[in-house]
Amino acid sequence: MKKTVLLGTVAGLAAGGALAQNSSTLEQVRDRGNLICGVTTGLTGFSAPDANGEWQGFDVDLCRAIAAATLGDPNAADFVTTTGQTRFSALASGEIDVLTRNTTWTYSRDNDLDFEFAGVNYYDGQGFMVPAELGVTSALDLDGATVCIQTGTTTELNLADFFRANNISYEPVPIETNAEAQQQYLAGACDVYTTDASGLAATRATFENADEHVILPEIISKEPLGPAVRHGDPVWGDIVRWTLNALVTAEELGITSANVMDLAAEAGDNPEVNRLLGTEGELPEMLGLESDAFANAIAAVGNYGEIFERNIGESTPIGLARGLNALYTEGGLQYAPPFR
Amino acid sequence: MSDTHAQTAAFQASFVREEMVAASPPPARDRGVVKWLRENLFSSWLNVILTVLGLLAIWWIASHVFPWMLRGIWVADSLSECREIRNERYGEGVGAACWAVLTERWNQLMFGFYPQDLYWRPVAGVAFFVAALMPILFSRLPRWTLWFSAAAPFVAFWLIWGGTIWAPVVVAGGFALGALAYVALSNVNQIAATLAAIVVPVLFWLFAAGPLIGALQSAIPLAIEFVPSDDIGGFLLAVIIGFSAIILSLPLGILLALGRRSDLFIISKVSVAFIETIRGVPLIVWLFTASLLLNYFMPPGTNFDLMLRVIIMVTLFASAYIAEVVRGGLAALPKGQYEGADSLGLDYWQSMRLVILPQALKISIPGIVNTFIGLFKDTTLVVFIGLLDPIGLSNAIRATTAWNGIYWELFIFIGLLFFVCCFAMSRYSMYLERKLAREHR
Repeated sequence: MKKTVLLGTVAGLAAGGALAQNSSTLEQVRDRGNLICGVTTGLTGFSAPDANGEWQGFDVDLCRAIAAATLGDPNAADFVTTTGQTRFSALASGEIDVLTRNTTWTYSRDNDLDFEFAGVNYYDGQGFMVPAELGVTSALDLDGATVCIQTGTTTELNLADFFRANNISYEPVPIETNAEAQQQYLAGACDVYTTDASGLAATRATFENADEHVILPEIISKEPLGPAVRHGDPVWGDIVRWTLNALVTAEELGITSANVMDLAAEAGDNPEVNRLLGTEGELPEMLGLESDAFANAIAAVGNYGEIFERNIGESTPIGLARGLNALYTEGGLQYAPPFR
Repeated sequence: MSDTHAQTAAFQASFVREEMVAASPPPARDRGVVKWLRENLFSSWLNVILTVLGLLAIWWIASHVFPWMLRGIWVADSLSECREIRNERYGEGVGAACWAVLTERWNQLMFGFYPQDLYWRPVAGVAFFVAALMPILFSRLPRWTLWFSAAAPFVAFWLIWGGTIWAPVVVAGGFALGALAYVALSNVNQIAATLAAIVVPVLFWLFAAGPLIGALQSAIPLAIEFVPSDDIGGFLLAVIIGFSAIILSLPLGILLALGRRSDLFIISKVSVAFIETIRGVPLIVWLFTASLLLNYFMPPGTNFDLMLRVIIMVTLFASAYIAEVVRGGLAALPKGQYEGADSLGLDYWQSMRLVILPQALKISIPGIVNTFIGLFKDTTLVVFIGLLDPIGLSNAIRATTAWNGIYWELFIFIGLLFFVCCFAMSRYSMYLERKLAREHR
């Protein structure tokens, strides 16, 4: 247990290091036989382990879809828990293959940190929750309020921007985790809790008296959450991007986890369905994947709408409406380029 | 005057008590419980007030906490179900603990994501390890049992991580080779022997161990299912990191303490620099270094086990503290002890082993155990680098829709786990101190 680990690993380093260099992420994943995703250590609805240790959630399902597309097996996904501080270095150092961890796509993260965001799987925005008894109906009424705010996140910066732009003052109560924030907020240490609207809904759902708390209508920021990969391996970025697009397109075309295997069995009437599921043309092969890659992904976790409903949708305790995350045909922003 | 004499003379002793009066019991207020209460709790007005306030505080806390704990609900699938059961049993708004989260997530809090059908392995590994520690902790056990202690790290490693049995066997063989080299060369030259005892095993592990393990495994395949470090979490993780660091940091700390007091310029300055650097920076920074910075220095794709990195960092951190504690013990010994050892003709290592260290370590026991207890509790800091120790798991458990919003039950349980371990360590150190106390016998 002690020195053995040290020496065994040191001995293995040289051999392992030489093998892993200069091969693409897809090859590494295939050689390894599993996909390693970075997920959050716990965010309701997005990623959390169940009693059997199986990870579940919105981000987790995206990772499983990528595993199904690249390796044909959704259970070939391994999850590495990352915190707000460790997520980017874990990705940059190659500890994980893809970061599916409710990470906001921003200019500087994309360019300064040398990552590639492969799309947006959830359009979030920062909101405020206040006790109903305060009688506040708008965030503009919050002058002088104490605000519980998670440190090291984009929400902290958004909050400062919002209050400065509206020329009102606030007193931040810095906290580390969402759980701590809930306790502080319930204990009355702050008047307002602010985080992504999805997080607020999830938090409010757990309160004993949810009616006594209201989420204010203002959404003060754009928080496009999406999977990120390292710069420098465009094929891998494309695989992640088009797996996500395939899930969205599947919803648009009415392909579900229930009917995908029937549709993928042989070419049908709809050419785009055929191209997506690999029964016509050679789209997945262009990325170096098997022809049934996207069919596998959809079969594993369902289409985008199914993933949403199962993890955070209105049938779950979190009860989020599709809102911005509806398909563009239904007034939302989820719009996948054509599979052609 | 004469009057007085006359009176004295006239005084006729009509009664003289010839036996002692039987001792009457002290007044009621000066004995038993009453006396103890008066002396300890009500000796002055200030103390009376403080006592009453203290009792009120205890009553207030106990009357709130105990009913909450005792009403606890042990079987439920989610927090909302817990609340329903509570409303049914006790009515709405009554405080009741929801211990069901512990029963449902017991395995996870204990083992993390370790494969469920293999739970016996870490249990057996830790049990064997603890059993094998006994010969070290209690000198009354027969000395041959120390061989178990020597084998314990390898057995525990193999049981917990699995894989081929030849890996721990070959690594253990490296230690044996080192010992052989030392014995072979010790008649020729002491320094060469010491060097060989270090260099030979390292060379063996670096170059021969890998192929040898492969060859042995293909010749005699003996392996159990490999469990990667990522799957290890919960209290098992805390125990592994804590125990490893405790056991590795003690010898390292002693060496550093000796190094710091050494007359050899380079050794003493290197030790000082090491101790002050490690000790001058918070543990959390070293943990971030382990998890973030080291990744950038290594070639991409190398997967240097995060848990191992953490164990190394925690060990180095603890060893710096141990070094200072032991140095305190060394400094407390009178100079005569050193000179006495020298005058017996003992060389440096002999004098340290036979005369100095046994006394210095005895003095240092409280400080050493203090450091160990602190170190064991510090293992919870790994939550900040994304390892799922009990605290990290409590966050993850709270992230499920079923248990979101549950706090005290988890934290009380985790606190209890750590308390049991730390309290045991503390009692052992007191036992050891009593056993080794020579001055006042």
